[in-house]
Amino acid sequence: MAEEEVKLTVTIDGIPVEVAPGTTILNAARQIGGDIVPPAMCYYSTLEGSGGKCRTCLVKVSKGSEKDPRPMPKLVASCRTTVMDGMEVQNISSPEVLDARKSVVEFLLINHPLDCPVCDQAGECKLQDLSYEHGVAQTQFEFRKRTFEPIDIGDKIQLHMNRCILCYRCVYVANQLTDGREHGILGRGDHAEISTYIHKGLNNDFIGNVIDVCPVGALTDKTFRFKNRVWFTKPVDAHRDCPTCSGKVTLWYKGAEVLRVTGRKDEYGEVKEFICNTCRFETKKTADWILEEPTPVDHESVISANHYYTFNPPAVIEESKKLQEANEEQLARTERLK
Amino acid sequence: MLSIKENQPVVFSAELLAKFGEIVSRYPEGRQKSALLPVLHLVQAEYGWVSTEAMDAVAAYLNIRPIEVYEVATFYTMYFLEPRGKYTLEVCRTGPCCLVGAERIMKHIEQRLGVRENEVTTDGLFSWRGVECMAACGYGPVLQIGPEYTFYENLTEESVDQMIDTLRNKAQHEA
Amino acid sequence: MGRKLLLEHINVPDIHTLAVYRQQGGYRAVEKALKSMSPEDVLEEVKKSGLRGRGGAGFPTGLKWSFLAKPEGVPRYLVCNADESEPGTFKDRYLMTHIPHILIEGMIVSSYALGAHTSYIYVRGEMMPQIRILEKAIAEAKAAGLLGQNILGSGYSLELYVQPGGGAYICGEETALLESLEGKRGNPRIKPPFPAVSGLYGCPTVVNNVESIAATVPIINDGGEEYAKIGIDRSTGTKLISASGNINKPGVYEIELGVPVEEFIYSDEYCGGIANGKRLKALVAGGSSVPILPANLVAKTLTGGDRLMTYESLADGGFQSGTMLGSGGFIVFDEDQCIVRNTWNFTRFYRHESCGQCSPCREGTGWMENILHKIEHGQGSMEDIDLLWNIQRNIEGNTICPLGDAAAWPVAAAIRHFRDEFEWHITHREEAQQHNYGLAHYADPLEPVAQ
Repeated sequence: MAEEEVKLTVTIDGIPVEVAPGTTILNAARQIGGDIVPPAMCYYSTLEGSGGKCRTCLVKVSKGSEKDPRPMPKLVASCRTTVMDGMEVQNISSPEVLDARKSVVEFLLINHPLDCPVCDQAGECKLQDLSYEHGVAQTQFEFRKRTFEPIDIGDKIQLHMNRCILCYRCVYVANQLTDGREHGILGRGDHAEISTYIHKGLNNDFIGNVIDVCPVGALTDKTFRFKNRVWFTKPVDAHRDCPTCSGKVTLWYKGAEVLRVTGRKDEYGEVKEFICNTCRFETKKTADWILEEPTPVDHESVISANHYYTFNPPAVIEESKKLQEANEEQLARTERLK
Repeated sequence: MLSIKENQPVVFSAELLAKFGEIVSRYPEGRQKSALLPVLHLVQAEYGWVSTEAMDAVAAYLNIRPIEVYEVATFYTMYFLEPRGKYTLEVCRTGPCCLVGAERIMKHIEQRLGVRENEVTTDGLFSWRGVECMAACGYGPVLQIGPEYTFYENLTEESVDQMIDTLRNKAQHEA
Repeated sequence: MGRKLLLEHINVPDIHTLAVYRQQGGYRAVEKALKSMSPEDVLEEVKKSGLRGRGGAGFPTGLKWSFLAKPEGVPRYLVCNADESEPGTFKDRYLMTHIPHILIEGMIVSSYALGAHTSYIYVRGEMMPQIRILEKAIAEAKAAGLLGQNILGSGYSLELYVQPGGGAYICGEETALLESLEGKRGNPRIKPPFPAVSGLYGCPTVVNNVESIAATVPIINDGGEEYAKIGIDRSTGTKLISASGNINKPGVYEIELGVPVEEFIYSDEYCGGIANGKRLKALVAGGSSVPILPANLVAKTLTGGDRLMTYESLADGGFQSGTMLGSGGFIVFDEDQCIVRNTWNFTRFYRHESCGQCSPCREGTGWMENILHKIEHGQGSMEDIDLLWNIQRNIEGNTICPLGDAAAWPVAAAIRHFRDEFEWHITHREEAQQHNYGLAHYADPLEPVAQ
C-alpha cells in the first residue's frame, strides 16, 4: 500500500503553497516565486549547513501552525525555519520585516568599501542588488571603515577581505567539495576574516567554486581580473566531456573571446552542479566546448542590458496589437530563442 | 620555558603527549577534536605561547586540519599567538572593576613596567593587557597571570608594585 | 536571617574536602536519589521545586529536563555551564572555589535523572584554579565510589570531566558552549534543533548553570515542595547574588528570593550600604546585559510597591521602568559614576565578545561602541543619541543568539533613563571631560503611577 505523500500548506504574504515536510520557509517562497521570495546572502541550497547568518531573509511568522497558531515572538531566518502545516508568514507584506531588512543591509554596508567601480563582481553582486532594493541613499556611518591586510591565496583566486560579509559559503565549499580545507574564518567579532593563517595558495581541484558561491566581490577569478565589466560580456551555456566534473558551464564572451568560465547559476544565483578548476581556469577556447544556447538572464539584471538575444516584452505590448506590429522583429527573435 | 624557532617542526615531549592522551580519553571515540582547547592550554603552558608550528603539530596529533586549529586559536582570547613576557599581567577592564579603579591600576602598570599594552619589557619578563570580565567583580580591581592563572584581587598601586617586585625576584632567583 | 541552602556550610573549615563535606551531610542527595528514587522521581522533585535556571534566562529547570529526547541506544549528555562571564556575576566562581563538592553532587543527581553516563563541566579557561579544585574534588569523589562504575552499588555509572574554555563570553550561550566543547569556534548554533534533541555530538543534551545544578542537592534532600516554600510565587528557593560596585561589602550572598532590593543594598547582612557614605545613583540588578535602573526605580516599582529580589518584581514595569533578575549580577553605582562611560565600557565588552557570525551583532556592536566612545570623549552630537537608539533597536531580536539583545538592552536602558546625562556630554563637552554629571535628579522620588 503506497503511503500518501504528506503535504503541508503554508501561506506567504497571502499566497498559499503546498510543500513537503522539512521544507524551509525560504524554499516554500521560492516555489511560489516572484517578489515574495526573501533575499538570501548566506544560504545556498547546494551547501549543507549554510544559512542563518546574514539575517537578510528574516520574515515574520504571524501564525505558527494550525495546531499552535501563536505567532513566533521574533522575526525568523526563513532559510533555516521549517514550515509547519497552516503556518502563515509575512515577508513583503510586513513593514516590520522590511524595516529589519533595511537595517541588515545597512549593517552589511557600513564597513563595506563600496568600491563597486573597481570590483569585478559589480553587475552580478548580490549585495549591490540588495542595497539597490533595500538600502538607503545616505550613510549614517561616519567612522573609518574596517580594513584587512591583503593576503595572497594563490594565482587563481583573488581575496578581497574588505568586501566580505562573512557568509561562510566558501568554508562550506571547501568542507564539502574538497578533500582538505585550507582556509577558514579566523579571529572573531568584527575582525573575523577569511584567511589561510599561514601563507598558502588554494589549489584543490574544486576550490574555484568559492568564486561562484561568494555573494560579493570578496572572492573573484584572478584570470578574469579587470578584464571586463560583466555587463559587457555575453553568457553562453556550454559543456565538455570532463573527467572530473559535470563539465556544464557558462562561458562569458567578449566578442569571440572567452573571458571567464563559471558554473551555471539559477535564478537565485546558485550553482547546482559545481565545476572543476580545469574547466574554470584552463579551458578558455571556444574549441574546448560544445556551445548550447545563450544563458537565460533575468531581464532586470544589468547583464541583460547589453544582451540582445532576449526581449522581454512589457505587459502593455501583449494587450496592444499596434505595439505588437511595431515590435514584430524583436518578438519573432524572442520566440526563436525560447 | 622553552622557545620555538620559526619553521622548526615541534616535537612534543613524552610527558606532554601523555597528558594529551589522558585528555583525549575523556571523549567518545572519534571525538578527539574536543581535546583541542585543553591541549592548546597545555602547549601554551609548556612553550609560553602557541606558534604555528605547535598548532600544526597539534593538528597532526588530533588528526584534524591545521586550519581547524588556527580557527580555534584565533577565536579565543587566551591563546598567545606571539611570544609574550614570562609573566603576562591580565587586568580586568570591564565595568564593575572600573567602578572601583581598574583604569587607574592599568595606567599604573603601564608606567611601572614602562611598556604599552601587549608589549614585552626589555628583560623579557613582563607584558600586560586589559582583558574583559574575569567574573570576580566583587574583588576588583583584579588581575591574573598564566599559565596557572594565579589570581590577584583588590589591587592597589602598592599591591601591584609589591607583586611585580616579588615576581622579578623570583625570576632572578630561577635564572 | 534567610535560609542558606547552598552556602549553609561555607564557613566550615576545609569544606572543600570530601571528608568535611560528607561530615556536614554531603552526598546524602546522591545516596537518596540513587538508592531510593527513580530518575523520574528526581525529575518530579525538580519540577515541584519550581527551580528556574540560574544562569540568566530563568527557564524552569524541570521543564527543560522534561524536553530531553530519549531515543533508544543514543547517549544523552548533561553539560554544566560554568563559563561564568557575564559582567557583574561571580557566584559560580565562589561556589566552585569554596564548596566544589556541591556541584559534583548535583552533577551526579542530575545526570542520574537525565540518564547521562558521561557529563562535562565546562569551566571558563581563565578559572584555571577552579578547574584544579574541581579536578581534585572529582578524583576524591571517584576514589570514594561516588563516581565511576556502579556508584554506591546502585548499578548507575557516571564519568565526570572538567573542560576548560579558551576565553570567550559567547561560550556561556549553550549552543556556543557545545561547539566549544567539540573543539570548535564558539559560534552559537542556529536553532532549532535545540540541544534537548541534538546537542553535544548531535546527541540529546541538557546544559545547566552551576548554581542550578547545585540547587538540585537541597531539592533532593528536602524535597521539591520544601524548596518551593521558600520565595514568592514563581520565584522559588534561594539565589546566589553577586554584589559588586560601590558598596561596603561586595561579595556573594545567598538570599531567599523575595528580599526587598532596598534591604539587600543597605542592610548589614548583605551589601552594607553605599561605600564612602555616597548616595546610590543607579543599579544593574542581574548582570551587565539587563537594563540599568536609576536610583528612583530601585527601591519602589513605578506603581509604588516595594521592589523585591524576584524574577517578577525586578521585571515589574517591563523595560520601561523595570529590569531583570538575570544571573544575579548586582552592580551598584554611586553618585560619582558616569553612566555614559559605563555604557561605553559595556558596549566595548559586547563588541569584543561578539562571535561575528551574524550581521546585526557583528556590525552593530562595533558601531554603537564607536558612537559611545565619541560621546564619552566630548565629540558627540544630539543626532548620535537617536542613531544609537536606532542601532540598538535594529540589533535586538534580529540576531542568531541572545548576545545581540544583551548588547542592545544596556544601551537602550541608559538612553531611556539617563538621556539628559548623554545630552549633557554633548552640550557641555569640556566640562564633561573634567567631572561627572553626578547624581542629578536620578534619586528624586517618583510619583507612583496607577496601573
